[in-house]
Amino acid sequence: MTFINYASREINCKIVYYGPGLCGKTTNLQFIYDKTNPAAKGKLISLATETDRTLFFDFLPLELGNVRGFKTRFHLYTVPGQVFYDASRKLILKGVDGVIFVADSQRERMDANAESLQNLESNLKTQGYDLMSIPYVLQLNKRDLPNIVPVEEMKKQLVLRNEPVLEAIAKANGVGVFDTLKAVAKLVLQDLTRPDKNG
Amino acid sequence: MATADVVMYDEEFNQIKSIISKLRVDANAKLVFLVDKNGQQIAAHGDVENLDTTSLASLTAGNVAATDALAKLIGEKEFSILFHEGERDNIHISIVGLRVILVIIFDERSSLGLVRLRVKKASKELNDIFDRIMQKVETEKTYGTNVDSPFAEITDEDIDSLFSE
Repeated sequence: MTFINYASREINCKIVYYGPGLCGKTTNLQFIYDKTNPAAKGKLISLATETDRTLFFDFLPLELGNVRGFKTRFHLYTVPGQVFYDASRKLILKGVDGVIFVADSQRERMDANAESLQNLESNLKTQGYDLMSIPYVLQLNKRDLPNIVPVEEMKKQLVLRNEPVLEAIAKANGVGVFDTLKAVAKLVLQDLTRPDKNG
Repeated sequence: MATADVVMYDEEFNQIKSIISKLRVDANAKLVFLVDKNGQQIAAHGDVENLDTTSLASLTAGNVAATDALAKLIGEKEFSILFHEGERDNIHISIVGLRVILVIIFDERSSLGLVRLRVKKASKELNDIFDRIMQKVETEKTYGTNVDSPFAEITDEDIDSLFSE
């Protein structure tokens, strides 16, 4: 649910990073935070447990610049990936404009990816959204690890529609992190131009 | 799309600003703050210089969402008021018209009773304004996209230029 403020000429959009536990959602946000010009970002808020597992959400506000005279602000959220935090995950999807699914490329996490993706689809449905039509990007993270599944095989298992698929290494060097964000931001802004929007 | 986008126009924005500034004075509060349920800040009045209002907005919305879910778990429709008491400052959070969140930060110069009283009156006025905004959005939906919508013509170049660094 984009918030368009004609009075202060701002567009605010909400992007949610989804995915199984330890897939690198928070790491994506941390990398964006570290590499962004201080003037363009707010504080990174992390509601995490003592062992740095996300408890409720991470939040990073990002200001990207102007589109047609409107300041564009993206609010990036992550969900807690662990299975038993499902109630919190549902809440964070409220009012979402775009979703990034961060998949863990390690072979032993393929079941967790599939389960989390299914969970995303059903949680979106309870909020009234359809994963098949909402702005959506798939990120294949951890491509630097030794025991990973080939890209084509992952695509076969996880691609749902014609969503952009990006390879990433969020932890080591941040490859693909900004490209992923850019891909989803583009879809969200394009979505604003749809005449049947709100319909 | 599940819900209509929130849109804010100049006219209503000014009305909202004047209501919350009056509320701040009437309630003797340090800060009055309006957030939508998804964590987007709508308006603020008071001592905001030393406060990270963006974080305040998203945390408030998270707090309200979690409390809402708790209410449903025990069979309540909602908990319409949240109150956090601190050593110096207190936060009073209430829901206006099921849509937006009104946050008041106050210290010992005011009291919970006074805040509650003033919030009640201001909530009604705010609710009327948000009704009007929703009506406007509905009208635009019926008659197609707002003709002077700046977004109908966003190009790929516009979007690329955001990431041009």
